[in-house]
Amino acid sequence: MMDLKDLYRDVILDHNRNPRNFGPLPAASASADGFNPLCGDRLKLHLRLVDDRIEDIRFEGQGCAISTASASLMTESVKGRTRAEALTVFERVHHLLTDDAAEAGDELGKLAALSGVREFPARVKCASLCWHTLVAALKDDAAPAPPAVSTE
Amino acid sequence: MTDISPAARTAPASARRSFDVGSVRRDFPVLARTVHGKPLAYLDNGASSQSPDAVIAAVDDYARAHHANIHRGVHTLSQEATALYEGARDRLVGFINAASRHEIVLLRGATEAVNLVAQSHARPLLVPGDEILITHLEHHANIVPWQIVCAQTGAKLVVAPIDARGDVHAEAVEALMGPRTRILACAHVSNALGTVLPVARLMAAARARGIVTLIDGAQAVAHLPVDVRALGCDFYVFSGHKMFAPTGIGVLYGREALLERMPPWQGGGDMILSVEFENTTYNSLPYKFEAGTPNIPGTIGLGAAVEYLGSLDLAAAHAHEDALLRHAQAALTAIPGLRLIGTAPRKLGLVSFVVDGVHPHDLGTILDQDGIAIRTGHHCAMPVMDFFKVPATARASFAFYNTFEEIDRLAASVERARRMFTHGPG
Repeated sequence: MMDLKDLYRDVILDHNRNPRNFGPLPAASASADGFNPLCGDRLKLHLRLVDDRIEDIRFEGQGCAISTASASLMTESVKGRTRAEALTVFERVHHLLTDDAAEAGDELGKLAALSGVREFPARVKCASLCWHTLVAALKDDAAPAPPAVSTE
Repeated sequence: MTDISPAARTAPASARRSFDVGSVRRDFPVLARTVHGKPLAYLDNGASSQSPDAVIAAVDDYARAHHANIHRGVHTLSQEATALYEGARDRLVGFINAASRHEIVLLRGATEAVNLVAQSHARPLLVPGDEILITHLEHHANIVPWQIVCAQTGAKLVVAPIDARGDVHAEAVEALMGPRTRILACAHVSNALGTVLPVARLMAAARARGIVTLIDGAQAVAHLPVDVRALGCDFYVFSGHKMFAPTGIGVLYGREALLERMPPWQGGGDMILSVEFENTTYNSLPYKFEAGTPNIPGTIGLGAAVEYLGSLDLAAAHAHEDALLRHAQAALTAIPGLRLIGTAPRKLGLVSFVVDGVHPHDLGTILDQDGIAIRTGHHCAMPVMDFFKVPATARASFAFYNTFEEIDRLAASVERARRMFTHGPG
């Protein structure tokens, strides 16, 4: 049974109202754009990678509560991690969003709040947009303008 | 909105009395269902409307008793299917007051009809420097086919402006009609804003300058009487599924003289009289444009929808819709932080809006949990969203079977969502 409170948990509402790591990052070494043509959500992700570690990460753009909170939680979660660690977190979140049997383990921390999204199939793309954008940014941090990621 | 007084929040009693919405609702079986345990409030008619029993039964009866291919075969079923199919075309002639059945081309929908006109009428005629005039509020279906033909021919797309209320001023469009303007293509009613365009005046201005005209009537035909000859347009396109018929069927009306001059768009069976490898003779109108076996059940459903509409007091139905729109605009603007997108003086059928702190997509999910179906997104009108500097809007769009109570539920649910996002859950 779908429950709105399961989708819009307090953590989600909080990160939507007060997104962390929001804004430009002038010293970025990599950026990527994400676009969800279904709802018009646009996201710009900036990373500063030093020795394969995400020293800083910020995002800009406009999106729904799920997409904004997911991006905010993501930046908190991957800041300070290596590229490989960040990709592992991506895999776990992807699993959590798409596999009904997946359980949110302790290693996900606050990201476990995203588990309610999978009960709302129309909204999974909202939560996953920033993560696919992260993967695109990590793939080639040397490229000045990687092609936009689309959820379509 | 400044032209809605608080008193207008209570719908005029006259509108309720003259139109028995309860009786009409019983014609639409889906309206009796629940969604997430709540009665369905279907407010997404601008995207697609629901079908009455009469349409469902006509399609069902065809499938059960009369299905065969049309225009061929001397057997009984083929003749019955042909009679049903062509009977629907005849009803469509009267529905929009076309001059003859030769002017009613049955296609997949309004989108296909615009593409047909772009490729079959415009493409052979256009030369580099020619202009196609559209407006800023068009649906992508009335933008992209013209962009394609511009790329093919070197013609230029010219876009007439809208004002801050989402209105189209005839003078502004006329000012852009120049010596190279070959086609004017505009909506009758905007799908994203509800604006009713001054089409009669635009058609007259275009005709005086020898400009060929197309009206996208997808959002109009279910909500106002359409008389293509009174409008004086060359082409008028619409889709069945926005007027209570099934999906996958729509109409291209074209003036016979123009359709006669146009080459076929697609080749195949049914659009020919004779085929030899050296020479093929095309069929007469409208069959020249109906290659292949068409959507027979969809067409029969569309004919039944026209017949159903004819059984209603449409003036009263449209007055009811207008009362619904005014009620919705008043109820929604009472919500703090809510802004209507599209406040043209002449509107019908829908209300588009945004709420501070609540993304339309979240609103759509929350309303759905309350059994309320609305559309959220860019409504295939991204230039309109850019103009109003919003990524998306929420849109409630009405049909005559909607009620004032459904609109009150919409407003209550929007207010609940707003509180949830601005004050936290609870």
